Amino acid sequence: MQEHANAYVSTKELPQLPAPRNDAGPIAVLRKNLFATPVDTILTLVCGLFIVWAIWNLFSFVWLDAVFEGADREACLVEGGGHGGACWAFVEAKLGQFVYGTYPSAERWRVDTVFLLLALLTAGLLIPNVPYKRINAILLFAVFPVVTLVLLTGGEFELAGGAIALVFVLAAAATLSAVGSVPRISLSRLEMRIATWLLLGAIALMLIAIVLDTPTFEILGFSFSLLTMLAFVATLGAIGLSMMVGFGSGQTTIKSMVAPLVIAALFIFAMTADFDLRYVPTNLWGGLMLTLVVALSGIAASLPFGVLLALGRRSHMPAVRLICVIFIEFWRGVPLITVLFMATFMLPLFMPEGVNFNSLLRALVGVALFASAYMAEVVRGGLQAIPKGQYEGADAMALSYWQKTRLIILPQALKIVIPGIVNTFIGLFKDTSLVYIIGLADLLGTVKRGFADPNWITPTTPATGLLFAAFVYWCFCFGMSRYSIFVERRLDTGHKR
Amino acid sequence: MKKPNRETHMTIKFLTAALGLSVAALATAGAQAQTAGTVKERGSLRCGVNTGLPGFASQNDQGEWQGLDVDYCRAVATAVLGDPQAVTFSPLSAVQRFPALQNNEIDLLARNTTWTMDRDTALGLDFAGVNYYDGQGFMVKNDLGVNSALELSGATVCVQSGTTTELNLADYFEANDMDYNPVVIESQSDVNSAYDSGRCDVLTTDASGLAASRLEMSNPDNHTILPEIISKEPLGPAVRQGDDQWADIVRWTHYALLNAEELGVNQGNVEEMKNSDNPDIRRLLGQDSNFGEPLGLPQDWAAQVISAVGNYGEIFERNIGVNTPLKIQRGQNALWTDGGLQYGMPVR
Repeated sequence: MQEHANAYVSTKELPQLPAPRNDAGPIAVLRKNLFATPVDTILTLVCGLFIVWAIWNLFSFVWLDAVFEGADREACLVEGGGHGGACWAFVEAKLGQFVYGTYPSAERWRVDTVFLLLALLTAGLLIPNVPYKRINAILLFAVFPVVTLVLLTGGEFELAGGAIALVFVLAAAATLSAVGSVPRISLSRLEMRIATWLLLGAIALMLIAIVLDTPTFEILGFSFSLLTMLAFVATLGAIGLSMMVGFGSGQTTIKSMVAPLVIAALFIFAMTADFDLRYVPTNLWGGLMLTLVVALSGIAASLPFGVLLALGRRSHMPAVRLICVIFIEFWRGVPLITVLFMATFMLPLFMPEGVNFNSLLRALVGVALFASAYMAEVVRGGLQAIPKGQYEGADAMALSYWQKTRLIILPQALKIVIPGIVNTFIGLFKDTSLVYIIGLADLLGTVKRGFADPNWITPTTPATGLLFAAFVYWCFCFGMSRYSIFVERRLDTGHKR
Repeated sequence: MKKPNRETHMTIKFLTAALGLSVAALATAGAQAQTAGTVKERGSLRCGVNTGLPGFASQNDQGEWQGLDVDYCRAVATAVLGDPQAVTFSPLSAVQRFPALQNNEIDLLARNTTWTMDRDTALGLDFAGVNYYDGQGFMVKNDLGVNSALELSGATVCVQSGTTTELNLADYFEANDMDYNPVVIESQSDVNSAYDSGRCDVLTTDASGLAASRLEMSNPDNHTILPEIISKEPLGPAVRQGDDQWADIVRWTHYALLNAEELGVNQGNVEEMKNSDNPDIRRLLGQDSNFGEPLGLPQDWAAQVISAVGNYGEIFERNIGVNTPLKIQRGQNALWTDGGLQYGMPVR
């Protein structure tokens, strides 16, 4: 057959020719995208020149004309006047304050330790390949805050009897629920009912103790009032009874029975023990350290509270829903500045004479409540995006409300709203700079305070300081943003549209 | 010509006063006597200072507070506790300062606060003296060729909004029948940069602030501060009303600093001066008689104060005087013997 083939039919594939010069290569791309028409060409040239001009100016400000070393303002002044470059010597001289505020130099290792622990634990939790996620999470969310509190303040808190009783009430609740969740033990058993009533009685006694003064006495260095002492004893009784039931059933491990009690005791020990650390009052805290304290405690508090509020707002129980709606709408409706002002100026007026809340604590609570309201609405968006079939499917499997929420709804809902959550975190991180107006010196605040040092007043000091602060904020926020994108991709299990 | 909106400012002023009054009323008349006892018991003085005003309160590279107001805190701490370091500084914003004093969060307010009738009476403050006589002034560029504020007719003036500065400016130009164009800007640093970039001919704020503003100019030598002072801004330390002993301690610490300068007692020679024959010096340093006792202070309290922080002249020169970057002349703050207004009441 081959010889019949026409001579003009090629027997082999011809090599591919390169695309026409006008259609390929960098020049063609440029021409097509940037210089297609005269208007495009002019726009390109104008924008290009502007970009080059801006970058050049920025570069000469932060690098070429910048002053990197010097002892005071003289170093950053230009001979004969005029604007010089950035005065990095100012940042260098004040760097300690920008990071630690006025935290005493001799004690700064404590802050460094906290920074290091935070970095290690967060890295361990955030990097998927690192093992022991569970222990890591417990360390980060339960142990780390206590360690931080003790390290930064110096510990040795004077816990009143009420506070101790409260800790043990929580421990008792944990033990009770642990025993209650054992399959063959019902909460309606006599011992369990007595334990529950003891616990409720203890809570009632503590509430009464707030308003009623009873004689106080000291036990092991803690001052108990009569009522808080009774509450404490009742709590111990509840724990004892439920442990007895738990062990009696033979269904529980020693670990789960004893853990709450041990944790409560350890917590109280950590808070009250003397670790030979000098007391550093919070008004000495400042700089990046304070920014991180405010931002991270806000972030850590807002997510769980936000989830609870969002669930509450969608609850079928009218009272719960109403309370959650009022809470969310109130905190979302007032500006953060107002919240901070209220916390700083109005709160002390309502307090009885002599009671003085720490001003940092007031700000922390304000920020946390404010952020929770925002977070609640973000999470609610996720909850509402879950198809009804998921809820109905979970109900059909006879899952309880909490099982359904924990296993089916929240994992999907939270995944959807990761961008919104991180958006709120980033906003919160930057909003922390508002604490400056109530007299706390966060990163931006210490930088601004540095401007008032007569030894460093130059025409370029403010620009340099603000540029530095902006860069630090950007690093943190950009880091959060990139990590959120990474998590989104990792959790992207086929819903990409 | 645009006149600043007076009504807005009256409203702001009214609101501020109302807040202050309600605070004063709610603080159960604030009559907490025994501040001195509380301070001694606590072992440290809680002092409210500016969050940052060059020369008056700022933090140096080591994070230590320094400035004229800061030295007053240290002086009072030395008088009561014998230790200039026994001070807990509370940096306060302008709106925070009065509530902080009323809420008993601080013992002494040394935050460049102007002594006015309203504050002394209605707000329940007690001013202990004037540690700096300030007043609103003008700064102009040299090439404007102006030597007096009276030549400023038709000028464009940069001024911070919402302050008494803005009202004083309007009053001054109206009283002297001159025209001006105000450029009203929210924050002082923005006012400075607007003036530096040439948006206006004149910059106005308190004279002490002008000295700091001048340092921010790209060429400080090209700017002159005009001699006219158009308002009275006597700045002084304040305490809560109703604790006379505490007010007396602060007041007499101030007078001791002034008397020390007048008598030539300074940080360096205070020990020698104890052997002086001059009865005024001997009384001041507690050599013959115990003037500290009625105040609940040790006999040599004034000597301790002077050896800790120096006399008024030393404090002034160290923080804002001609050898500091701020280069402020003594002017009205010179002693009365040098033609100034600072006059220490006699110790006897």
